[in-house]
Amino acid sequence: MKKMTAVTGNEALAEALRQINPDVCAAYPITPQTDMMQRFSDFVADGLVDTELMLVESEHSAMSACIGASAGGGRVATATSGPGLALMWEMLYVASGMRCPIVMPVINRALSAPLNIHCDHSDAMGARDSGWIQLWSENAQEAYDNLIMAFRIAEHADIRLPVMVCMDGFIISHSLGVMEFLADDVVRKFVGDFTPQDALLDIGRPVSYGPLIVTDQYHEYKKAQNDIMSSVFDVAADVATAFENISGRHYGLFETYKLEDAEIGIVVLNSAAGTCKDMIDEAREDGVKIGLLKPRLFRPFPYGPIGDALEHLKVICVLDRSDSFGAFAPLFSEIAASLYPRANRPFLINRIYGLGGRDFMPEHVASVINEMIEITGHKTTVLPKKYISLRQ
Amino acid sequence: MKTKLINQSNCRPVITEPGNSALLKTGTWRTLEPVLNKEHCINCLLCWLYCPDMSVIVRDGKVEGFDMDYCKGCGICALECHGKKGEKAILMRKEEKE
Repeated sequence: MKKMTAVTGNEALAEALRQINPDVCAAYPITPQTDMMQRFSDFVADGLVDTELMLVESEHSAMSACIGASAGGGRVATATSGPGLALMWEMLYVASGMRCPIVMPVINRALSAPLNIHCDHSDAMGARDSGWIQLWSENAQEAYDNLIMAFRIAEHADIRLPVMVCMDGFIISHSLGVMEFLADDVVRKFVGDFTPQDALLDIGRPVSYGPLIVTDQYHEYKKAQNDIMSSVFDVAADVATAFENISGRHYGLFETYKLEDAEIGIVVLNSAAGTCKDMIDEAREDGVKIGLLKPRLFRPFPYGPIGDALEHLKVICVLDRSDSFGAFAPLFSEIAASLYPRANRPFLINRIYGLGGRDFMPEHVASVINEMIEITGHKTTVLPKKYISLRQ
Repeated sequence: MKTKLINQSNCRPVITEPGNSALLKTGTWRTLEPVLNKEHCINCLLCWLYCPDMSVIVRDGKVEGFDMDYCKGCGICALECHGKKGEKAILMRKEEKE
Protein backbone atom coordinates (compact mmCIF):
# COMPACT_ATOMS: atom_id res chain seq x y z
CA MET A 1 0.00 0.00 0.00
CA LYS A 2 1.17 3.48 -0.78
CA LYS A 3 2.41 5.39 2.24
CA MET A 4 1.02 8.89 2.12
CA THR A 5 2.63 11.58 4.28
CA ALA A 6 1.49 15.07 5.25
CA VAL A 7 4.35 17.50 4.61
CA THR A 8 4.97 21.08 3.52
CA GLY A 9 6.42 21.80 0.09
CA ASN A 10 9.72 22.87 1.64
CA GLU A 11 9.92 19.64 3.64
CA ALA A 12 9.31 17.62 0.48
CA LEU A 13 12.11 19.37 -1.43
CA ALA A 14 14.55 19.13 1.49
CA GLU A 15 13.83 15.38 1.59
CA ALA A 16 14.50 15.06 -2.14
CA LEU A 17 17.86 16.82 -1.69
CA ARG A 18 18.70 14.50 1.23
CA GLN A 19 17.94 11.47 -0.94
CA ILE A 20 19.97 12.83 -3.88
CA ASN A 21 22.90 13.82 -1.62
CA PRO A 22 24.61 16.43 -3.85
CA ASP A 23 28.37 17.01 -3.54
CA VAL A 24 28.10 20.76 -2.96
CA CYS A 25 25.29 23.08 -1.94
CA ALA A 26 25.98 26.83 -1.68
CA ALA A 27 22.98 28.79 -0.46
CA TYR A 28 21.86 31.99 1.19
CA PRO A 29 18.64 32.20 3.21
CA ILE A 30 15.65 34.08 1.85
CA THR A 31 11.96 33.71 2.73
CA PRO A 32 10.17 31.47 1.75
CA GLN A 33 13.14 29.26 0.77
CA THR A 34 14.86 29.57 4.18
CA ASP A 35 12.83 26.87 5.87
CA MET A 36 13.81 24.38 3.17
CA MET A 37 17.57 24.99 3.30
CA GLN A 38 17.41 25.08 7.10
CA ARG A 39 15.96 21.56 7.04
CA PHE A 40 18.68 20.51 4.61
CA SER A 41 21.39 22.02 6.81
CA ASP A 42 20.05 19.83 9.63
CA PHE A 43 20.66 16.80 7.41
CA VAL A 44 24.23 18.01 6.86
CA ALA A 45 24.77 18.60 10.59
CA ASP A 46 23.31 15.20 11.45
CA GLY A 47 25.58 13.46 8.95
CA LEU A 48 22.69 12.16 6.83
CA VAL A 49 24.31 13.56 3.67
CA ASP A 50 27.92 14.04 2.54
CA THR A 51 27.17 17.43 1.02
CA GLU A 52 29.65 20.28 1.45
CA LEU A 53 27.29 23.04 2.57
CA MET A 54 28.76 26.48 1.78
CA LEU A 55 27.23 29.36 3.72
CA VAL A 56 27.92 32.36 1.51
CA GLU A 57 27.33 36.10 1.89
CA SER A 58 24.75 36.62 -0.86
CA GLU A 59 22.85 34.87 -3.65
CA HIS A 60 25.32 36.25 -6.19
CA SER A 61 28.02 34.46 -4.23
CA ALA A 62 25.84 31.36 -3.85
CA MET A 63 25.44 30.98 -7.60
CA SER A 64 29.11 31.85 -8.17
CA ALA A 65 30.18 29.13 -5.71
CA CYS A 66 27.80 26.66 -7.35
CA ILE A 67 29.33 27.43 -10.77
CA GLY A 68 32.82 26.90 -9.38
CA ALA A 69 31.84 23.63 -7.73
CA SER A 70 30.07 22.43 -10.87
CA ALA A 71 33.05 23.31 -13.08
CA GLY A 72 35.18 21.56 -10.47
CA GLY A 73 33.30 18.36 -11.23
CA GLY A 74 30.64 18.06 -8.53
CA ARG A 75 26.90 17.49 -8.47
CA VAL A 76 25.59 20.84 -7.24
CA ALA A 77 22.30 22.19 -5.91
CA THR A 78 21.09 25.42 -4.36
CA ALA A 79 17.72 27.11 -3.79
CA THR A 80 16.37 30.64 -3.69
CA SER A 81 13.32 32.91 -3.90
CA GLY A 82 12.28 36.28 -5.35
CA PRO A 83 14.94 38.95 -4.81
CA GLY A 84 17.53 36.22 -4.19
CA LEU A 85 17.01 34.95 -7.72
CA ALA A 86 17.18 38.53 -8.97
CA LEU A 87 20.56 39.00 -7.28
CA MET A 88 21.82 35.83 -9.03
CA TRP A 89 20.90 37.26 -12.44
CA GLU A 90 24.41 37.85 -13.78
CA MET A 91 25.59 34.39 -12.68
CA LEU A 92 22.52 32.57 -14.07
CA TYR A 93 23.76 33.31 -17.57
CA VAL A 94 27.27 32.18 -16.61
CA ALA A 95 25.91 28.88 -15.27
CA SER A 96 23.97 28.10 -18.46
CA GLY A 97 26.68 29.43 -20.80
CA MET A 98 29.27 27.28 -19.02
CA ARG A 99 26.97 24.24 -19.27
CA CYS A 100 26.90 23.72 -15.49
CA PRO A 101 24.11 21.23 -14.63
CA ILE A 102 23.15 22.97 -11.37
CA VAL A 103 19.69 22.20 -9.98
CA MET A 104 17.84 24.92 -8.09
CA PRO A 105 14.40 24.96 -6.50
CA VAL A 106 12.89 28.45 -6.89
CA ILE A 107 10.25 29.04 -4.24
CA ASN A 108 8.31 31.72 -6.11
CA ARG A 109 8.11 35.08 -4.34
CA ALA A 110 7.32 38.67 -5.33
CA LEU A 111 10.02 41.17 -6.22
CA SER A 112 10.48 44.42 -4.32
CA ALA A 113 9.42 47.26 -4.17
CA PRO A 114 7.19 47.45 -2.27
CA LEU A 115 8.70 44.74 -0.10
CA ASN A 116 6.61 41.56 -0.26
CA ILE A 117 7.54 38.02 0.70
CA HIS A 118 4.50 36.23 -0.73
CA CYS A 119 3.83 34.15 -3.81
CA ASP A 120 4.30 35.71 -7.24
CA HIS A 121 5.92 34.39 -10.41
CA SER A 122 7.84 37.56 -11.31
CA ASP A 123 11.09 36.07 -9.99
CA ALA A 124 11.27 33.03 -12.27
CA MET A 125 9.71 34.90 -15.20
CA GLY A 126 12.54 37.41 -14.94
CA ALA A 127 14.96 34.51 -15.44
CA ARG A 128 13.10 32.85 -18.29
CA ASP A 129 15.65 33.99 -20.92
CA SER A 130 18.73 33.04 -18.88
CA GLY A 131 19.28 29.69 -20.60
CA TRP A 132 18.01 27.67 -17.62
CA ILE A 133 15.49 24.90 -18.05
CA GLN A 134 12.33 25.66 -16.04
CA LEU A 135 9.98 23.08 -14.53
CA TRP A 136 6.85 24.35 -12.74
CA SER A 137 4.99 22.45 -10.01
CA GLU A 138 1.39 22.57 -8.78
CA ASN A 139 1.95 21.05 -5.34
CA ALA A 140 4.52 19.41 -3.06
CA GLN A 141 4.26 16.07 -4.88
CA GLU A 142 4.96 17.62 -8.28
CA ALA A 143 7.79 19.75 -6.89
CA TYR A 144 9.38 16.68 -5.27
CA ASP A 145 9.00 14.64 -8.46
CA ASN A 146 10.24 17.50 -10.66
CA LEU A 147 13.29 18.02 -8.46
CA ILE A 148 14.30 14.36 -8.79
CA MET A 149 13.72 14.43 -12.55
CA ALA A 150 15.59 17.76 -12.82
CA PHE A 151 18.91 16.10 -11.96
CA ARG A 152 18.47 13.51 -14.73
CA ILE A 153 17.57 16.21 -17.29
CA ALA A 154 20.33 18.64 -16.24
CA GLU A 155 23.05 15.99 -16.18
CA HIS A 156 22.05 14.24 -19.43
CA ALA A 157 25.11 14.04 -21.69
CA ASP A 158 23.34 15.88 -24.52
CA ILE A 159 21.97 18.63 -22.25
CA ARG A 160 24.33 19.61 -19.41
CA LEU A 161 22.29 22.69 -18.54
CA PRO A 162 21.02 24.10 -15.22
CA VAL A 163 17.40 23.55 -14.16
CA MET A 164 15.05 25.61 -11.98
CA VAL A 165 12.20 23.81 -10.24
CA CYS A 166 9.50 26.38 -9.47
CA MET A 167 7.05 25.97 -6.59
CA ASP A 168 4.66 28.55 -5.13
CA GLY A 169 5.97 30.31 -2.03
CA PHE A 170 3.91 29.87 1.17
CA ILE A 171 0.85 28.49 -0.66
CA ILE A 172 2.81 25.27 -1.23
CA SER A 173 6.15 25.81 0.52
CA HIS A 174 4.59 26.36 3.97
CA SER A 175 1.26 24.52 3.67
CA LEU A 176 0.75 20.91 4.60
CA GLY A 177 -0.24 18.63 1.76
CA VAL A 178 -0.47 14.89 1.34
CA MET A 179 2.12 13.23 -0.86
CA GLU A 180 4.09 10.07 -1.40
CA PHE A 181 7.86 9.81 -1.01
CA LEU A 182 9.97 7.36 -2.94
CA ALA A 183 12.42 5.15 -1.05
CA ASP A 184 15.97 6.50 -0.69
CA ASP A 185 17.55 3.70 -2.72
CA VAL A 186 14.96 4.10 -5.50
CA VAL A 187 15.75 7.81 -5.81
CA ARG A 188 19.52 7.25 -5.70
CA LYS A 189 19.33 4.57 -8.35
CA PHE A 190 17.11 6.76 -10.55
CA VAL A 191 19.39 9.79 -10.31
CA GLY A 192 22.52 7.64 -10.64
CA ASP A 193 26.16 8.59 -10.17
CA PHE A 194 27.29 11.98 -11.39
CA THR A 195 29.63 11.97 -14.40
CA PRO A 196 31.72 15.16 -14.53
CA GLN A 197 32.69 16.71 -17.86
CA ASP A 198 35.91 18.74 -18.17
CA ALA A 199 36.29 18.82 -14.38
CA LEU A 200 38.69 21.50 -13.15
CA LEU A 201 39.78 19.14 -10.37
CA ASP A 202 40.88 16.51 -12.89
CA ILE A 203 44.54 17.45 -12.59
CA GLY A 204 45.56 14.76 -15.07
CA ARG A 205 43.74 16.71 -17.81
CA PRO A 206 44.05 20.43 -17.08
CA VAL A 207 41.45 22.74 -18.65
CA SER A 208 40.66 26.46 -18.53
CA TYR A 209 37.08 27.69 -18.13
CA GLY A 210 35.62 30.94 -19.39
CA PRO A 211 37.67 32.16 -22.38
CA LEU A 212 36.77 35.29 -24.33
CA ILE A 213 34.63 34.69 -27.39
CA VAL A 214 33.87 37.91 -29.22
CA THR A 215 32.35 38.78 -32.59
CA ASP A 216 33.87 35.79 -34.37
CA GLN A 217 31.91 33.01 -32.60
CA TYR A 218 29.68 34.34 -29.78
CA HIS A 219 26.77 34.37 -32.23
CA GLU A 220 27.39 30.70 -33.09
CA TYR A 221 27.77 29.85 -29.39
CA LYS A 222 24.34 31.28 -28.54
CA LYS A 223 22.77 29.45 -31.50
CA ALA A 224 24.31 26.23 -30.15
CA GLN A 225 22.73 26.92 -26.72
CA ASN A 226 19.39 27.39 -28.45
CA ASP A 227 19.81 24.07 -30.28
CA ILE A 228 20.68 22.26 -27.03
CA MET A 229 17.60 23.75 -25.35
CA SER A 230 15.50 22.53 -28.26
CA SER A 231 16.63 18.97 -27.56
CA VAL A 232 15.39 19.18 -23.96
CA PHE A 233 11.81 18.27 -25.02
CA ASP A 234 12.76 14.69 -25.90
CA VAL A 235 15.06 14.24 -22.90
CA ALA A 236 12.44 15.61 -20.47
CA ALA A 237 9.84 13.27 -21.97
CA ASP A 238 12.18 10.25 -21.69
CA VAL A 239 13.05 11.10 -18.09
CA ALA A 240 9.33 11.42 -17.29
CA THR A 241 8.72 7.94 -18.75
CA ALA A 242 11.55 6.49 -16.65
CA PHE A 243 10.13 8.28 -13.61
CA GLU A 244 6.66 6.87 -14.23
CA ASN A 245 8.22 3.39 -14.10
CA ILE A 246 9.49 3.93 -10.55
CA SER A 247 6.65 6.08 -9.21
CA GLY A 248 3.50 5.28 -11.17
CA ARG A 249 3.03 9.02 -11.65
CA HIS A 250 2.71 10.30 -15.21
CA TYR A 251 4.15 13.63 -16.33
CA GLY A 252 3.96 15.26 -19.74
CA LEU A 253 5.59 18.52 -20.82
CA PHE A 254 2.25 20.03 -19.75
CA GLU A 255 -0.92 18.75 -18.11
CA THR A 256 -4.41 18.95 -19.56
CA TYR A 257 -7.60 18.65 -17.53
CA LYS A 258 -10.94 17.92 -19.24
CA LEU A 259 -9.66 19.74 -22.29
CA GLU A 260 -10.46 17.31 -25.13
CA ASP A 261 -14.16 18.19 -25.58
CA ALA A 262 -13.91 21.68 -24.08
CA GLU A 263 -15.00 24.89 -25.80
CA ILE A 264 -13.41 27.29 -23.34
CA GLY A 265 -10.22 26.84 -21.36
CA ILE A 266 -7.96 28.23 -18.68
CA VAL A 267 -4.16 28.22 -18.94
CA VAL A 268 -2.38 28.67 -15.62
CA LEU A 269 0.86 27.73 -13.86
CA ASN A 270 1.47 26.11 -10.47
CA SER A 271 -0.83 25.99 -7.43
CA ALA A 272 -3.69 28.07 -8.88
CA ALA A 273 -4.36 25.14 -11.24
CA GLY A 274 -5.76 23.19 -8.26
CA THR A 275 -8.39 25.83 -7.50
CA CYS A 276 -9.22 26.06 -11.21
CA LYS A 277 -9.72 22.29 -11.51
CA ASP A 278 -12.23 22.32 -8.66
CA MET A 279 -14.19 25.13 -10.30
CA ILE A 280 -14.01 23.39 -13.67
CA ASP A 281 -15.63 20.34 -12.04
CA GLU A 282 -18.45 22.58 -10.75
CA ALA A 283 -18.91 24.33 -14.10
CA ARG A 284 -18.99 20.95 -15.87
CA GLU A 285 -21.89 19.93 -13.59
CA ASP A 286 -23.72 22.99 -14.94
CA GLY A 287 -23.02 21.85 -18.49
CA VAL A 288 -20.17 24.26 -19.26
CA LYS A 289 -17.63 22.64 -21.57
CA ILE A 290 -14.48 23.88 -19.96
CA GLY A 291 -10.97 22.51 -19.49
CA LEU A 292 -7.51 23.52 -18.36
CA LEU A 293 -3.91 23.42 -19.55
CA LYS A 294 -1.05 23.75 -17.08
CA PRO A 295 2.47 24.07 -18.54
CA ARG A 296 5.10 22.05 -16.67
CA LEU A 297 8.12 22.69 -18.91
CA PHE A 298 8.17 26.48 -19.42
CA ARG A 299 11.74 26.66 -20.79
CA PRO A 300 12.14 25.40 -23.41
CA PHE A 301 8.49 26.08 -24.29
CA PRO A 302 6.64 23.35 -26.26
CA TYR A 303 4.79 25.72 -28.64
CA GLY A 304 3.72 23.00 -31.12
CA PRO A 305 2.16 20.47 -28.72
CA ILE A 306 0.51 23.23 -26.65
CA GLY A 307 -0.92 24.80 -29.83
CA ASP A 308 -2.26 21.35 -30.81
CA ALA A 309 -3.91 20.94 -27.42
CA LEU A 310 -5.55 24.39 -27.42
CA GLU A 311 -6.50 25.23 -31.01
CA HIS A 312 -9.97 23.64 -30.90
CA LEU A 313 -11.11 26.01 -28.14
CA LYS A 314 -13.29 29.07 -28.76
CA VAL A 315 -12.06 31.19 -25.86
CA ILE A 316 -8.99 30.89 -23.64
CA CYS A 317 -8.20 32.84 -20.50
CA VAL A 318 -4.49 32.89 -19.69
CA LEU A 319 -4.00 33.56 -15.99
CA ASP A 320 -0.65 35.16 -15.11
CA ARG A 321 0.76 35.56 -11.60
CA SER A 322 3.31 38.09 -12.89
CA ASP A 323 3.11 41.02 -15.23
CA SER A 324 5.09 42.89 -17.82
CA PHE A 325 3.99 46.44 -17.11
CA GLY A 326 2.52 48.08 -20.17
CA ALA A 327 2.61 44.78 -22.07
CA PHE A 328 1.06 41.31 -21.98
CA ALA A 329 2.19 39.02 -19.17
CA PRO A 330 4.73 36.25 -19.87
CA LEU A 331 2.50 33.16 -20.03
CA PHE A 332 -0.03 34.93 -22.24
CA SER A 333 2.67 35.87 -24.75
CA GLU A 334 3.74 32.23 -25.05
CA ILE A 335 0.19 30.96 -25.49
CA ALA A 336 -0.48 33.64 -28.11
CA ALA A 337 2.70 32.60 -29.93
CA SER A 338 1.60 28.92 -29.78
CA LEU A 339 -1.71 29.74 -31.44
CA TYR A 340 -0.81 32.47 -33.93
CA PRO A 341 0.31 30.08 -36.72
CA ARG A 342 -2.99 28.15 -36.53
CA ALA A 343 -5.82 28.48 -39.04
CA ASN A 344 -8.43 28.62 -36.26
CA ARG A 345 -7.29 30.87 -33.50
CA PRO A 346 -9.18 30.87 -30.19
CA PHE A 347 -10.16 34.23 -28.69
CA LEU A 348 -7.52 35.01 -26.05
CA ILE A 349 -7.75 37.06 -22.89
CA ASN A 350 -5.05 37.72 -20.31
CA ARG A 351 -6.06 38.05 -16.66
CA ILE A 352 -3.54 38.98 -13.96
CA TYR A 353 -4.21 37.42 -10.55
CA GLY A 354 -2.57 36.88 -7.18
CA LEU A 355 0.36 39.31 -7.33
CA GLY A 356 2.31 39.47 -4.08
CA GLY A 357 0.31 36.58 -2.62
CA ARG A 358 -3.19 38.05 -3.15
CA ASP A 359 -5.57 35.14 -2.51
CA PHE A 360 -6.87 33.39 -5.60
CA MET A 361 -10.30 32.15 -4.60
CA PRO A 362 -12.91 29.96 -6.31
CA GLU A 363 -15.05 33.05 -7.03
CA HIS A 364 -12.19 34.52 -9.07
CA VAL A 365 -12.14 31.42 -11.25
CA ALA A 366 -15.93 31.66 -11.54
CA SER A 367 -15.61 35.25 -12.73
CA VAL A 368 -13.24 34.37 -15.55
CA ILE A 369 -15.39 31.37 -16.51
CA ASN A 370 -18.42 33.69 -16.73
CA GLU A 371 -16.44 36.17 -18.76
CA MET A 372 -15.45 33.45 -21.24
CA ILE A 373 -19.06 32.23 -21.52
CA GLU A 374 -20.17 35.79 -22.32
CA ILE A 375 -17.47 36.16 -24.97
CA THR A 376 -18.47 32.81 -26.54
CA GLY A 377 -22.10 33.92 -26.76
CA HIS A 378 -21.73 37.48 -27.94
CA LYS A 379 -18.18 37.88 -29.17
CA THR A 380 -18.14 40.97 -27.02
CA THR A 381 -15.28 43.37 -27.17
CA VAL A 382 -13.28 42.96 -23.99
CA LEU A 383 -10.06 44.30 -22.66
CA PRO A 384 -7.39 41.78 -23.68
CA LYS A 385 -5.48 42.29 -20.42
CA LYS A 386 -7.09 43.01 -17.07
CA TYR A 387 -6.33 42.59 -13.37
CA ILE A 388 -8.85 40.44 -11.51
CA SER A 389 -9.71 40.33 -7.78
CA LEU A 390 -8.89 44.02 -7.41
CA ARG A 391 -10.16 45.62 -4.18
CA GLN A 392 -12.97 48.09 -4.79
CA MET B 1 43.99 26.79 -40.75
CA LYS B 2 40.21 27.00 -41.00
CA THR B 3 38.57 28.04 -37.73
CA LYS B 4 36.59 25.29 -36.00
CA LEU B 5 33.07 26.63 -35.61
CA ILE B 6 31.08 26.20 -32.41
CA ASN B 7 27.99 24.03 -32.65
CA GLN B 8 25.71 21.93 -30.45
CA SER B 9 28.33 19.21 -29.95
CA ASN B 10 31.28 21.37 -28.92
CA CYS B 11 29.44 24.23 -27.19
CA ARG B 12 31.56 24.39 -24.04
CA PRO B 13 33.59 27.40 -22.88
CA VAL B 14 36.55 25.20 -22.04
CA ILE B 15 40.14 25.25 -23.30
CA THR B 16 41.45 21.70 -23.21
CA GLU B 17 44.88 22.22 -24.87
CA PRO B 18 47.32 24.39 -22.90
CA GLY B 19 49.18 27.07 -24.88
CA ASN B 20 46.84 27.10 -27.86
CA SER B 21 46.55 30.89 -28.20
CA ALA B 22 48.79 30.78 -31.31
CA LEU B 23 45.88 29.01 -33.04
CA LEU B 24 43.72 32.11 -32.66
CA LYS B 25 44.44 34.44 -35.59
CA THR B 26 43.99 37.96 -34.28
CA GLY B 27 44.73 39.89 -37.46
CA THR B 28 41.20 39.71 -38.84
CA TRP B 29 40.15 43.19 -37.73
CA ARG B 30 42.94 44.99 -39.64
CA THR B 31 41.94 47.78 -42.08
CA LEU B 32 45.45 49.13 -42.87
CA GLU B 33 48.42 46.99 -43.84
CA PRO B 34 52.14 47.74 -43.58
CA VAL B 35 54.11 47.68 -46.84
CA LEU B 36 57.88 47.15 -46.71
CA ASN B 37 60.20 48.77 -49.22
CA LYS B 38 63.59 47.08 -48.65
CA GLU B 39 65.43 49.75 -50.67
CA HIS B 40 64.80 52.26 -47.90
CA CYS B 41 65.37 49.80 -45.00
CA ILE B 42 68.58 50.04 -42.95
CA ASN B 43 67.56 47.11 -40.70
CA CYS B 44 67.64 49.21 -37.54
CA LEU B 45 64.91 46.81 -36.26
CA LEU B 46 62.98 49.57 -34.48
CA CYS B 47 59.83 48.20 -36.15
CA TRP B 48 60.56 44.77 -34.66
CA LEU B 49 61.25 46.35 -31.26
CA TYR B 50 58.09 48.49 -31.22
CA CYS B 51 55.59 46.03 -32.70
CA PRO B 52 53.07 45.38 -29.85
CA ASP B 53 52.59 41.85 -31.22
CA MET B 54 55.32 39.70 -32.80
CA SER B 55 54.33 40.50 -36.36
CA VAL B 56 57.61 41.82 -37.81
CA ILE B 57 59.51 38.89 -39.29
CA VAL B 58 63.29 39.18 -38.92
CA ARG B 59 65.83 36.67 -40.28
CA ASP B 60 69.60 36.96 -39.86
CA GLY B 61 69.19 40.48 -38.52
CA LYS B 62 67.18 41.64 -41.52
CA VAL B 63 63.53 42.65 -41.78
CA GLU B 64 61.81 40.15 -44.06
CA GLY B 65 58.18 41.24 -43.86
CA PHE B 66 55.13 40.89 -41.63
CA ASP B 67 53.12 38.04 -40.12
CA MET B 68 49.69 39.02 -41.37
CA ASP B 69 47.91 36.37 -39.23
CA TYR B 70 48.54 38.57 -36.19
CA CYS B 71 49.31 42.11 -37.54
CA LYS B 72 46.41 44.38 -36.58
CA GLY B 73 47.52 47.24 -38.80
CA CYS B 74 48.17 49.61 -35.89
CA GLY B 75 50.91 51.43 -37.88
CA ILE B 76 53.41 51.76 -35.02
CA CYS B 77 56.11 50.15 -37.19
CA ALA B 78 55.54 52.73 -39.92
CA LEU B 79 55.51 55.57 -37.38
CA GLU B 80 58.80 54.48 -35.81
CA CYS B 81 60.50 53.73 -39.13
CA HIS B 82 63.44 56.12 -39.88
CA GLY B 83 64.14 54.69 -43.31
CA LYS B 84 67.01 55.97 -45.43
CA LYS B 85 67.61 59.65 -46.25
CA GLY B 86 64.14 60.69 -45.22
CA GLU B 87 62.35 57.93 -47.16
CA LYS B 88 60.45 55.51 -44.88
CA ALA B 89 60.83 51.80 -45.50
CA ILE B 90 57.38 51.02 -44.03
CA LEU B 91 54.22 52.78 -45.18
CA MET B 92 50.63 51.95 -44.27
CA ARG B 93 48.01 51.55 -46.97
CA LYS B 94 44.35 50.59 -46.98
CA GLU B 95 44.05 46.84 -47.22
CA GLU B 96 41.91 45.44 -50.01
CA LYS B 97 39.78 42.68 -48.46
CA GLU B 98 38.62 39.82 -50.62
